[in-house]
Amino acid sequence: MLKIVVCVKAVPDPKQERKIRINPVTKTLIRGDIPLVLNPLDKNAMEAALQLKEQLDAQIVVLSMGPPSAGNIVKECLALGADQGFLLSDLAFSGADAYATAYTLAKGIEKIGSYHVIFCGMASSDSSTEWVGPEIGAFLKIPIVTRVKEIIETEGEWWKVKASLDNGFRVVQVKIPAVLTVTRELNNPRTLSFSGIIEARKREITHWGINELCVSDDSVGLKGSPTIVSNMASIELKREVEIITGTREEKAEQLIQKLVEAGVI
Amino acid sequence: MKSSCGAVWVIAEQIGGRILMESLQLIGHARKLADEIKTSVEVVLLGDKLNGQSRQLFAAGANKVYLGNNPELTCYQQEIYTEIIVRLAKEHKPEIVLIGSTSTGRELAPLVAARLETGLTAHCIDLVLNEDKLLEAMVPAYGGLLTITCPEKRPQMATVAKGVFPTPEPDENRTGEVVPLDAPGEVPHRIETLEVIYEEPEGIPLESAPIVVAGGAGAGDHEGWQVIADLAEVLNAALGSTRPAVDEGWTELETMIGQSGKIVNPELYIGVGLSGELQHMVGIVGAQVMVAINNDAKSPVFEQVDYGVVDDCRGFIPVFIEKIKEYWSRNT
Ligand SMILES: Cc1cc2nc3c(=O)[nH]c(=O)nc-3n(C[C@H](O)[C@H](O)[C@H](O)COP(=O)(O)OP(=O)(O)OC[C@H]3O[C@@H](n4cnc5c(N)ncnc54)[C@H](O)[C@@H]3O)c2cc1C
Ligand SMILES: Nc1ncnc2c1ncn2[C@@H]1O[C@H](COP(=O)(O)O)[C@@H](O)[C@H]1O
Repeated sequence: MLKIVVCVKAVPDPKQERKIRINPVTKTLIRGDIPLVLNPLDKNAMEAALQLKEQLDAQIVVLSMGPPSAGNIVKECLALGADQGFLLSDLAFSGADAYATAYTLAKGIEKIGSYHVIFCGMASSDSSTEWVGPEIGAFLKIPIVTRVKEIIETEGEWWKVKASLDNGFRVVQVKIPAVLTVTRELNNPRTLSFSGIIEARKREITHWGINELCVSDDSVGLKGSPTIVSNMASIELKREVEIITGTREEKAEQLIQKLVEAGVI
Repeated sequence: MKSSCGAVWVIAEQIGGRILMESLQLIGHARKLADEIKTSVEVVLLGDKLNGQSRQLFAAGANKVYLGNNPELTCYQQEIYTEIIVRLAKEHKPEIVLIGSTSTGRELAPLVAARLETGLTAHCIDLVLNEDKLLEAMVPAYGGLLTITCPEKRPQMATVAKGVFPTPEPDENRTGEVVPLDAPGEVPHRIETLEVIYEEPEGIPLESAPIVVAGGAGAGDHEGWQVIADLAEVLNAALGSTRPAVDEGWTELETMIGQSGKIVNPELYIGVGLSGELQHMVGIVGAQVMVAINNDAKSPVFEQVDYGVVDDCRGFIPVFIEKIKEYWSRNT
C-alpha cells in the first residue's frame, strides 16, 4: 500500500493578512484576531494525495506543526478524505524558522513510520520561504522535486513528474520515497462546505509534543532556529501623488495628457 | 588574498554555458561585502564545456572560481550539485553564501543549507553588514522590513530576489584563480532530469517592457482580469500581477511582480485593483512614472504613486482604452 504524508500549515487567512502590521514604535507585530486557515497551496497538496488514493491502494496521513488551534485544519483534511491526522504542538516548537520547522516535521514523519511520498505546498502564504519541503527531504535524506505541476507516472519505484522552471519546465524522474512540493497548476482542490467544516471539528487527531518526538529542546522552536528576526522597521516608498478627478471621461483624458507630458506613452 | 574570515561565496548559474545576469549581479554585491570584511569573493560554477566563462566572473568581481566542468553537470542535477557544493563548503568554510532566487536556486539553496546545518534567508531584497560584521538580510513583511540574521551558524546563507542589485561594470583587468573540481565520486542516483523545455513567455517580457500594467485582487474575477489584460494590450505593455491574482488562477506565477516574483524597471507602471502592499511594491521601485487605479480613495497604494484615479476598474478602463485609441488616431 502506498503511504502518503501531506504536510499542511495553518496560516492567518490570506484575505485578512493586511491586518497584521508592524508597530513602528515597539517593533513588534500587531497580529489582530485573524482566523487560521489551511495554506492555499496545501489544498493542492491534499488534492494530489486524494487523487492518488482514488487510483491506487493508498493511505493518507496529514501532518502539521502549529498551535493547538491548527488542529482544526488537520481535522478538515480528515473530512476531505485523509485517514490519519497528526498535530505537532508544544510551546517549545514556537518561534521556529524554516530549518527548525522542517527538522520537527521530519522527526514527526520518522515517528509515523513508513512513507512513500511526502506532499508539501510550494510555499506557505505567511512565510513563503519555499524551504520547508526541501529541508524535510534533506533531513530524511530523500530526493525532492519542487514546483510539481503534473504527475505523469506513479507506477513502480520511479515516478515521473513535470515541474515548473522560471522560463519553462522540466521532466524529472524520481525514485520514491521522495518529497514533492506542488503548485496551483497541479489540480483543482475540492473544498468542504461550511457545514462540512463544522462537522470536521468532531474528528479525532493525534497530538505529539516534544516528549513524544524525543527531540531536545534546543533543536526545535526558536532555540533550534539558526536565523532570527533581529529588527523590524516600517518603511515607506512614498511618492507625491496627484489624484485625478472629474467624470470618467475627464479622468481618462487628463490621465492620458499627464502621461503624454511625462513622455511615457 | 589573506584574511581572517572565510570568503563570500556566490553559487553561479549557467544555462547552456551562458552565465545568468543574476549571478553577475550577486558577484558585484558580494565584492562590496567582501571588501568590507577584507576577504575574497569566490564563485562556484558547475556546467559542461565551459570555456572562458571564468573571465566574466573575475571581471564582475570574483577572486577565485571553483569550476566543475564535465558532462554530468551540463544542467542542474540535484544530488550531484548539492554534494559538490556541500563538500566544498565544508572544506573551505565560507563566511557567506549567496544564491539567486531562480527556480533552481530556490531548490538547491535549502538542500545545501540543511546539509550544512545552517540558516537560510529567503528572497531578500538587500544585504548589508552590521557593526559586528554580521550579515543582515532584508525581507519585506507586514508593510515593513524584517532584518534577518544568522548569529551562530556558518555560513550565513541567503537567496536574493531577482534584479535587486545592479549589474557590475565589467573590469577586464581583473583576474583570479580557477580551481578545477574533481567529479565527486559516489553520489546516490535517485533523481534525474530527463528533459528541460524552455518556453518563450507569451506577450511582452516583463523585465524589459517600457510599460507594465499590473492587476490585483480588485479585478474580482476572470472577466475583470480580462479588462486589465485589454489595457495592457492596447498600451503594448507587459502584464504583471500581484499574488492574489496568481492564487485565483487569473494569471500565471511568471507574471507576479515583487519580492517573490520579478523586479521590473519600466518607464510607466499602472497598478490596477491592488493595494500597494510592500511585497509587491518593492518590485517596481525603479519605475519612472507610476499610476494607480483603485476604487478605494483610502487605499495605501495612492501614497506610493505619481497619479491616482479613484474608480471602479471595470467601469474606468474601457473608457480609458477608448480615449487612448482616440488620442492615437488624432496624433498619428
Ligand atoms: C513572504 C511573502 C512574500 C510575498 N511576495 C509577494 C510578491 O512577490 N508579489 C506580490 O504581489 N505579493 C506578494 N506577497 C503578498 C502581498 O503581501 C499582498 O498580499 C499582495 O501583494 C496583495 O495583493 P493585492 O494588492 O492584489 O490585493 P489586496 O491587498 O486585496 O488589494 C486589492 C485592492 O483592490 C481594490 N479594489 C477592489 N475592487 C476594486 C475595483 N472594482 N476596482 C478597483 N479597485 C478595486 C481594493 O480597494 C484593494 O486596494 C507576499 C507575501 C508574503 C508573506
Ligand atoms: N508548520 C508547518 N506544518 C506543516 N507543514 C508545513 C509547516 N510549515 C511549512 N509546511 C509545509 O511546507 C510548505 C512550504 O512552506 P514554506 O517553506 O513556509 O514556504 C507548506 O506549503 C507546507 O506544505
